[in-house]
Amino acid sequence: MTQARTMTDGGYNFAYLDEQTKRMIRRAILKAVAIPGHQVPFGSREMPLPYGWGTGGIQVTASIIGLADVLKVIDQGADDTTNAVSIRRFFARTAGVATTQATEAATIIQTRHRIPETVLKDDQIIVYQVPIPEPLRWLEPREAETRKMHGLADYGVMHVKLYEDIATYGHIETSYDYPVLVNGRYLTAPSPIPKFDNPKMHEMAALQLFGAGREKRIYAIPPYTRVESLDFEDHPFAAQTWDARCAICGAGDSFLDEVITDDHGGSMFVCSDTDHCGRRVADGHRGDGE
Amino acid sequence: MYVAVKGGEKAIDNAHALLAEERRGDVGVPELTLDQIKQQMGLAVDRVMGEGSLYDPDLAALAIKQAQGDLVEAVFLLRAFRTTLPRLAVTTPVDTAAMTVRRRISATFKDLPGGQVLGPTYDYTHRLLDFALAAGAPAPPAPEGDPAVMADAMPRVTDILAYQDLIEPEAGDTDGEGKVADLTREPLAFPAGRDLRLQNLARADEGFLLALGYSTQRGYGRSHPFAGEIRMGEVAVEIVPEELGFAIEIGDITVTECQMINQFAGSATEPPQFTRGYGLMFGRSERKAMSMALVDRSLRARELGEEIEAPAQDEEFVLYHSDNVEAQGFVQHLKLPHYVDFQSELVLVRALRREAAARRSEAAE
Repeated sequence: MTQARTMTDGGYNFAYLDEQTKRMIRRAILKAVAIPGHQVPFGSREMPLPYGWGTGGIQVTASIIGLADVLKVIDQGADDTTNAVSIRRFFARTAGVATTQATEAATIIQTRHRIPETVLKDDQIIVYQVPIPEPLRWLEPREAETRKMHGLADYGVMHVKLYEDIATYGHIETSYDYPVLVNGRYLTAPSPIPKFDNPKMHEMAALQLFGAGREKRIYAIPPYTRVESLDFEDHPFAAQTWDARCAICGAGDSFLDEVITDDHGGSMFVCSDTDHCGRRVADGHRGDGE
Repeated sequence: MYVAVKGGEKAIDNAHALLAEERRGDVGVPELTLDQIKQQMGLAVDRVMGEGSLYDPDLAALAIKQAQGDLVEAVFLLRAFRTTLPRLAVTTPVDTAAMTVRRRISATFKDLPGGQVLGPTYDYTHRLLDFALAAGAPAPPAPEGDPAVMADAMPRVTDILAYQDLIEPEAGDTDGEGKVADLTREPLAFPAGRDLRLQNLARADEGFLLALGYSTQRGYGRSHPFAGEIRMGEVAVEIVPEELGFAIEIGDITVTECQMINQFAGSATEPPQFTRGYGLMFGRSERKAMSMALVDRSLRARELGEEIEAPAQDEEFVLYHSDNVEAQGFVQHLKLPHYVDFQSELVLVRALRREAAARRSEAAE
């Protein structure tokens, strides 16, 4: 009765999930890859990390990772944010795989909210943690309805929303989780990455997998797939730009986080992608802040 | 210079050390034992087993200790353990009519076969703080009772009504295959069958169900409920091993069952009959079993042809938001960093403000 209770790390299967569960998830992933951008329901398991912390991404990673893999985990673009550290530790502990912070050295990159600045290659997989997989959710709360809308490719309501933004603000008022059309068919949520990263999804060489644990959905964008951010001819999609450069490495083309330096409006900008920034510094680049 | 969030590794280790220290509290005070929790905080153990959907008082007690008494956190711990367990067998339906009853009351009949049995209940206590308990009271006197009364057969009130055809028949096996939905293996799909809804409600957060059930009593999806019967006690759990081909008992569990009897006008084809709302919980969890029965009845609106207008009748609303492990995770994930998204919003707001200022100064010229 009490035997299984003192489970140690050694008491869990490789990468935590049992093999049957992994097989079920891999089947969902295969289906997702076959229908780019389509959300595939799957029997999401309860994980030892809370919902919202990346349980979908963790399950996807756990199902595809092998002993030979090298794992990189980022949150907000950085390897050393606490949640990224915690997930990396989880896999180091349950799978014993090698981990890295170098984007090009990783075979699997699990991410929350960013795509690395370094261009990904065709032997890499990027796994996104997704909170709300349904791009239409804010416009239609009911799943039964949104599934119908996807079935009929009835996305007029999203175009109307974007149009109303322009009519009201002069801009499309979505700066992250900006909806994309995948392979000309499915409206898809890129997860809350900034729209700055949307163009990187288009024809990306790496396989893009998306896991939503609480919502129990998996979707995928196969390598070299068309990914278009929704826009209008007279209001073309545009990513964010900054007037500033990174204070550490001087980069002018990366996503910049604002760091508040005092309590009277002082701030500086630094690369959100810590690996990218560190490599530039190693290559001799310097910003104004150093 | 820029330090920001470096040192995550060390921060986590330190946070865990602080947490362990907080959990233990003053080391001069004896440490809680799992037996103490199991014996003296039994209702907390029962709630954690129910919402954690794992019947194991020892593990539930451990989870409560580890979570410092935060029951939602304890539920989470138990669920994360449960998810790793293999499925060895599926039990046959438990027979609550054959329950070894410790409590059984009906609000619809003054007396009935087997009688009304109050059992251990707070119902008629005066909620006055018992300062004697604070001082450490001696063992309470043994209750008096006639065990012979309890040995009487206790048919379920709904069965008595069903015999007279006054209440709709028990739903039974809806798909005819003996298969029961399991949302821990298959994601929710809508419209949801009653088996799936009941499973969801049994795992649901008690507070959420309580508020929803309460809302139906205040006009948001009124269902005219009567507590036909509430019973609590031990039921046998049986499985039919394939190699044997007959049922064997693998143990007893404590459950609380609530059968609500609700009004329902008949139709052209159906004579008027009462309808059912059902609640079943691990352990002594009467408040939640009653709430569950109210919400179960409300969620049957579609099948009974009632208009769906209140939150408690809306199955997507109820089933998607009832799970406190899902809810607490997603609410609390807001404390994870969001600075990339927020930065994106900042860039946009600043651009909009610049343009607004430009428009203002243009207008002023």
